[in-house]
Amino acid sequence: MDTTGTIFMPPESSTIAGEVDAAFYFIYWASIVLFAIVVGFAALFVLKYRRKKRELTSGVAHNTKLEVAWTLIPTILIVIVFVMGFKGFIKMNVIPKDALEIKVTGQKWFWTFDYPEGVNTVNELVVPVDKAVALTMSSQDVIHSFFVPNFRIKMDVLPNRYSMTWFEATRPGVYDLFCTEFCGKGHSEMIGKVRVVNDREYEEWLEEAAFGGEGMSLEDYGAKLYVSKACVTCHSIDGRIGTGPTFAKVYGHSVRLADGREVMADENYIRKSILEPASEVVAGFQSVMPTYQGILKDREIDALVAFIKSLKDKEGP
Amino acid sequence: MSDSPAVHYLNEQKGWKSWLLTLDHKRIGILYLYSIMAAFLLGGVFAVLIRLELLHPGQQYMEADTYNQFFTLHGAIMIFLFIIPSIPAALGNFVLPLMIGAKDVAFPRLNLLSWYIYIVGALVALYSIFAGAVDTGWTFYTPYSTESATTVVPMTLAVFILGFSSIFTGVNFIATIHKLRTPGMTWFKMPLFVWGLYATAIIQVLATPVIGITTLLLILERTMLIGIFDPAMGGDPVLFQHFFWFYSHPAVYIMILPGMGIISELISTFSHKKIFGYKAIAYSSLGIAFVSFLVWGHHMFVAGQSELAAVIFSFLTFFVGIPSGIKVFNWVATMYKGSITLQTPMWYALSFLFLFTIGGLTGIFLGTLSVDVHLHDTYFVVAHFHYVMMGGTVMAFLGGLHYWWPKMWGRMYNEKWAKISVALIFIGFNITFFSQFIMGSQGMPRRYYNYLDQYQPLHAFSTYGSWILGLGFIVMAVYLIHSLFKGKQAPKNPWESLTMEWVTNSPPIHHNFEETPKLTHEPYDYDKVLAEKN
Repeated sequence: MDTTGTIFMPPESSTIAGEVDAAFYFIYWASIVLFAIVVGFAALFVLKYRRKKRELTSGVAHNTKLEVAWTLIPTILIVIVFVMGFKGFIKMNVIPKDALEIKVTGQKWFWTFDYPEGVNTVNELVVPVDKAVALTMSSQDVIHSFFVPNFRIKMDVLPNRYSMTWFEATRPGVYDLFCTEFCGKGHSEMIGKVRVVNDREYEEWLEEAAFGGEGMSLEDYGAKLYVSKACVTCHSIDGRIGTGPTFAKVYGHSVRLADGREVMADENYIRKSILEPASEVVAGFQSVMPTYQGILKDREIDALVAFIKSLKDKEGP
Repeated sequence: MSDSPAVHYLNEQKGWKSWLLTLDHKRIGILYLYSIMAAFLLGGVFAVLIRLELLHPGQQYMEADTYNQFFTLHGAIMIFLFIIPSIPAALGNFVLPLMIGAKDVAFPRLNLLSWYIYIVGALVALYSIFAGAVDTGWTFYTPYSTESATTVVPMTLAVFILGFSSIFTGVNFIATIHKLRTPGMTWFKMPLFVWGLYATAIIQVLATPVIGITTLLLILERTMLIGIFDPAMGGDPVLFQHFFWFYSHPAVYIMILPGMGIISELISTFSHKKIFGYKAIAYSSLGIAFVSFLVWGHHMFVAGQSELAAVIFSFLTFFVGIPSGIKVFNWVATMYKGSITLQTPMWYALSFLFLFTIGGLTGIFLGTLSVDVHLHDTYFVVAHFHYVMMGGTVMAFLGGLHYWWPKMWGRMYNEKWAKISVALIFIGFNITFFSQFIMGSQGMPRRYYNYLDQYQPLHAFSTYGSWILGLGFIVMAVYLIHSLFKGKQAPKNPWESLTMEWVTNSPPIHHNFEETPKLTHEPYDYDKVLAEKN
């Protein structure tokens, strides 16, 4: 297994990656040979047959043996390549029976992962190493696509049907997760991580994730959720304007809405903005935030409110 | 000695009316040439701006929405306003009747109408840019395009209108090639560029109505809320992708087939040698045109179509590779024992061979199911289609433009500056796009405004390349415009070509030939003609 990556490919970190790379490199070397033949002969002929005087040229325009060879050899190569790709593709599409099942939801512009244990996470998929993980995916809005380069898997995430994919990670580590179907303004911010851990760490993580921040102050817990629930994708805490308004100096200040009203940003305003984002859109911004109803528990909302409250006097950059 | 007649198609009539109401295929070709060059400039400016924004991660010069609009406009303008009409409507219009010894195309009025339809389509597209440019990507995927607040309707309407222009040109060329060949020019005595245009015209006529209907359905969905593609209204978004690629994959061959035709002309002409495997090349064009209708699903291996469909589409896709490969081998074999001269058009032909071979071979990666799952929608795909569309079609177009330039204007361009320009374009192109293969297979998704730090060095490299590429085109613009006014008088046949457009004067008279030209030899009989002359 290639664990360091090559100039073309990132390190292999799933059971399927080796097979994909084998097909990639078979085509790669065959292409280099074919390319060298085409360009090599073209260059040779240009050098060798540069016109010196007005030479006569031959009228020969056929060579059956040559023509059969350059039709047949590529055809054989292509059949081999097709079969390699076909085999890998079938493996990618046959989900092992004992796989850990996780529900993936894509929406503008973050990923939500629902675990059978009732835990959910945003933009971070934590999975045990050496265990097949089956993903049942759907979208809340437009088409997204789930891509983990290190695993060599990709599958579109559709609004009107479930799509499936699976992987088995072979090495602990943190891997990039990209959305690869253009989905609007925040498309390139729709980036998550896949964290592969060993079994013991996974069990610990599940427990902690189910726990809900006990022992932390609401404000600290909110700061953690701000990142882990992907608020950070659109809302800054330093006054910068993102896809959404900044959280700095919001609480306790008056906010002008798109419909012209002015409201005071208090606890209830913040809570409503999280659960019904379309109801009170801030002037100058588009109504693109999805509802967090069902994604956040009450204590998590309390924590986020406390966190935003703590930023009421924060100075900008 | 000058081969320029005192009265020719450029000066026979004067005034803007004589151009805007002309029925002369040569003048219509020139009108198209001006139009597509304007589109190429606009699309190119967007390209340079996109690359500039991507020099570093995070916001550089523009907002995410602006960036999304720019890459959409770059794609839509380059595809619908530049590449599709470039070779057939501009160069094809000019040389097709000349090459087959005809006075004009079969339907000159339809020809002029097709240009006016193109202009209307282009104006609607321009309107859509100023009224709040579209941000969906040139592929207009639903349901994003159903929801987007930008001007999706005008832009798709423009695509709908431009389709008619393309269909009319196709119909016109099919009729012209069937009916107006000079006596004695049988099908297998036609120049291969004519075969390329013929295969292209068939695709234009059969496939373009599908994009017309698809964009119309999208417009109906947006304006009348009829649920066709948007699941929120009971539609199916993947249906849109099927419809879209049913046109847009064959459209790739609308773009490349005429380019392959030009390359056949250039390689044979500048090798002064009979083309190798004439019939294989001619049949390959038709073979590619036919198979191109059966491969659209290879754009959708991870889109949720059935696995069986994906497997069949993958298998069929490889069979487009074979005839393309055969053509490449035939071109190289043509050069064997040739008498090769290296004027500018041949530099373009050799650049084409180099770049298109890379473009074609990287297509094999993408046709392979398991590998495509990894590479789909990454910069690898972006690099692949730029190697095919720009390394292939645009190089062939520029080769053809430099080849027929003396015929069009009766003037030569500066050979030295032309070579500097082609070298800059070749080097800049490879720097810009080869780096994108690597970042793509490393996982960099396409259509990203922002990106992770690990991709920065390759992005920067690519952006530097785009500057060299842009410089090459600026040099070209300067020496080509210079040649229009100060270029040396062109002889009838500066390249010793054997096809019929070189029999008449440069520039040709209004009716092309003084009398119906006689076919004294086949288009690539260099062996016989050179022997007679010596």
